[in-house]
Amino acid sequence: MISNNGTSGSAAPTAAPLGANGHAHRFEEVESVTIRFAGDSGDGMQLAGTQFTNTSALAGNDVATFPDFPAEIRAPAGTLAGVSGFQVHFAATDIHTPGDDLDALVAMNPAALKTNLRDLKPGGILILNTDGFESSDLKKAAYKTNPLDDGSLKGYKIIRVPVTKLTREAVKECGLTPREQDRCKNFFALGLVYWMYERSLETTLRWVREKFKKPEQLPTMEANTKSLKAGYNYGETVEVMPVQYKVGKAKIAPGTYRKITGNEAIVLGLVAATQLANKPLIYASYPITPASSVLEGLAELRRYGVKTFQAEDEIAAVGVAIGASYGGAVGVTGTSGPGVCLKSEGIGLAVMTELPLIIVDVQRGGPSTGLPTKTEQADLLQAMFGRNGECPVAILAAQTPSDCFDIAFEAVRIATRFMCPVFLLSDGYIANGSEPWKIPVIADLPRLEVKNATQPNSDGWTGTGHESGAEGEGGGAGKFLPYRRDELLARPWAIPGTPGLEHRIGGIEKQDVTGNVNYEPANHEHMVKTRAQKIENIALTIPDLAIHGDADANLLVIGWGGTYGSITTAVERTRRRGLKVAQAHLRHLNPMPKNTGDVLKKFKKILVPELNSGQLSWLLRAKYLAPAEGLNKIQGRPFLVSEIEAAIEKALA
Amino acid sequence: MAASSPLPTLTTKDLTTDQDVRWCPGCGDYSILAQMKKALGTLGVPREKIAFVSGIGCSSRFPYYMNTYGFHTIHGRAPTFATGLRLANPDLQVWVVTGDGDGLSIGGNHLVHALRRNVDIKVLLFNNEIYGLTKGQYSPASRIGTPSKTSPGGSFETPVRPLSLALAAEATFVARTIDVDPQHLVAILQKAAAHKGSAFVEIYQNCKIFNDGVFEYATEKSVKSDNVLYLEHGKPMVFGKDRNRGIRLNGLKPEVVTIGKDCQLDDLLTHDEVAEEPTLAYLLSRFAHDDSPTAVNPFPEPVGVFRTVRKPTYEEQLNSRVAEAITKKGKGKIEDLFKAEDVWTVE
Repeated sequence: MISNNGTSGSAAPTAAPLGANGHAHRFEEVESVTIRFAGDSGDGMQLAGTQFTNTSALAGNDVATFPDFPAEIRAPAGTLAGVSGFQVHFAATDIHTPGDDLDALVAMNPAALKTNLRDLKPGGILILNTDGFESSDLKKAAYKTNPLDDGSLKGYKIIRVPVTKLTREAVKECGLTPREQDRCKNFFALGLVYWMYERSLETTLRWVREKFKKPEQLPTMEANTKSLKAGYNYGETVEVMPVQYKVGKAKIAPGTYRKITGNEAIVLGLVAATQLANKPLIYASYPITPASSVLEGLAELRRYGVKTFQAEDEIAAVGVAIGASYGGAVGVTGTSGPGVCLKSEGIGLAVMTELPLIIVDVQRGGPSTGLPTKTEQADLLQAMFGRNGECPVAILAAQTPSDCFDIAFEAVRIATRFMCPVFLLSDGYIANGSEPWKIPVIADLPRLEVKNATQPNSDGWTGTGHESGAEGEGGGAGKFLPYRRDELLARPWAIPGTPGLEHRIGGIEKQDVTGNVNYEPANHEHMVKTRAQKIENIALTIPDLAIHGDADANLLVIGWGGTYGSITTAVERTRRRGLKVAQAHLRHLNPMPKNTGDVLKKFKKILVPELNSGQLSWLLRAKYLAPAEGLNKIQGRPFLVSEIEAAIEKALA
Repeated sequence: MAASSPLPTLTTKDLTTDQDVRWCPGCGDYSILAQMKKALGTLGVPREKIAFVSGIGCSSRFPYYMNTYGFHTIHGRAPTFATGLRLANPDLQVWVVTGDGDGLSIGGNHLVHALRRNVDIKVLLFNNEIYGLTKGQYSPASRIGTPSKTSPGGSFETPVRPLSLALAAEATFVARTIDVDPQHLVAILQKAAAHKGSAFVEIYQNCKIFNDGVFEYATEKSVKSDNVLYLEHGKPMVFGKDRNRGIRLNGLKPEVVTIGKDCQLDDLLTHDEVAEEPTLAYLLSRFAHDDSPTAVNPFPEPVGVFRTVRKPTYEEQLNSRVAEAITKKGKGKIEDLFKAEDVWTVE
């Protein structure tokens, strides 16, 4: 019997219809299933997984996905390095992660079997493409004996399917080359999986019709349709398994939903926030994994007035974004860690000139080129400190794929309200992972009011005695003072082209209020403190840090960014087992919510799970002298829920 | 020779800020600043529509002294900020002020790409063939043999030829002028301003402190007419104190000839600044002053407009793509964007 991901699902066999071959046939209802499609990077596993996700979401499940692919576009076929996987967790309950271990694994070749088998639960379903297990394939995956025959797979429910042969047979009349025929085998496997979980083919068939709609693509469209149906029918006809599994609809809040990845959500968030703020969006970026899909997504949105710019390098990208902000647009640049390194001087200039700027950092494993396609949370301290001089910026971190939408709004709000750079930290895990997203009602979205200076502002300024002891140069009525600040210390945003506000800004230290070049010792100290205080003032405009779970617990589990799902699930499960645990999650990393210190003081023990060596722990200890203990994983992979559960149990033991 | 000029709308005083100018006494930058104010005065562009963007170096202090919008950015990156500014605000006339270190060394990449894209910015490269603000190290434009603090015994690196580089980068407007030739300088600035697309102007600029006299051959009254070729569109290439020398093409090789002796006026190369192919301009960009005693018939260095062709600018193309997308499918509404993928409703 298939297990159901650790939760106590009720297995309820339903009425037994007859299968196509007349055998009695059972349906079994389960609460959730985790399945992974694994194959060569050319096998179309990402597509199969995406299609399965869409279908499951449309069927009313809650879903969470985890695509995992190599950095090489096409590593030598059949090798361990070339294995690409896509994991889907779909459930009749509310879920927060793509699942720890697998109920079912589809392995298209020995390499995929070898690299993924360890994640399959004992007794799990293993679908193998037997055509992929020739001796040359086994050799490439460094198998000495054939796992199909050597008994090593005992303990799993093995479904042996000659996928390649059956696919070729199914599409033989479509007029494709043998190579093209073989490219349909992912859909055969997908069809089979659809049968296993009693899913409709309609969503995928519609996608095929749409994707291959040009007349010359007709053979491809037909072949994909046929292979998908052939896979489904194979399941039904051959009765590869005595049961089919059903995962019911999840109880989700009413509303209209779509599936969304983190990077898609950033795209939508940036566009919506700037449109509602009535400000043009200019996104300048240099392609880099795993941030490129933000640039690609925005490039498609010209009719929404979005302008994208593919720069010659990372430095140019941040320069164009800052120049765009200087020109009155919301300038955004997107990258990953190595790109942030190159942008740091530009970010310093935006701090110094006090211009809005958003830096989207979709983190990946580092240092240097590191693990381009794997996730990590190791850029927090880089965002915090990675520039010369005293150079504070605002830092936000998205916690789920759909939170990327909300955090993009918050980034636009802070950048334009406070005239400062804002880091938007995401990571490879939530950038590529997906979940259902409740489409917001436009009227409920925040409308950011962005003000630009329209006239001179020197009235009432005497030209003396600002805290810096700034001298009186530049005083007098009818002048524009680019660094005359408001109550939160933000300076006015005057757009070139506005008559009467001509002014000069730059990276050299400047006198407060007038913005004139100034090297006086007291002025510099005043300006350094003013820029820092301005960033601190952001805390006056953000919500307090909330405590979830048991507020009177001894243990607080506090995290940031994409670990939210795993931490939340672990806290839920340990509490269900009777442990007292509190949870808090930071979306604002600089400044942190103003009650953060008070929250930390309430707990004897503080556990900080992070996909790095302890960067948030470091900050919490430094800032609040809090006894933060890290749970650190640096493997390029997200936390398993069980890993955090174990740490919670240990902390409370 | 001056471009058709509308009535001056701005005086030098209008364009002067209250900041003290801090260049060294005798620096060529003073003249460039003064001529820039004169040139802008004739364009009929209000000063709020003008922005100066610079990088780092002596020349890059320029924006602080112009009472327009100004942005003093970071080393070498001025073209990127200027590009962003143009994308956000295509009504502005954007000038980039850079030097041979800023524009050719640390910022060489951005210069190449801004020119290639034909972003509508006017790049003024003040070339003094030395690092001034860091106090006298050789630059990528320094002539071989230039003695400096970091090239004891003289530099031995092959220098960049700024105009050859600009032409190779597909720049649509390429010109050269000299700091101490005010009339020519004003005229070139006016032409650069009038050009639609990237304009690249190399300005020979004397550094009084660290490289004094490096362009003397082109500025000293007694010798300059023998060493400088003033380019005029449609005119034969004639130069020299006695206006009796010229440039002739011998196969693919240009040569200096004497009119009346080696050839007639008709045999000389005629300047064509609007030629579609930049071949002639490139050939001219290779002419370099040679004062070695063994030089036979050395080439004069051309000044003036090498190339000016009209091509769609980056902004024009991007804006028309945006407009096209809106015409074709209608202006995008966020509601539709949210629902661009499959959606489902939970009751």
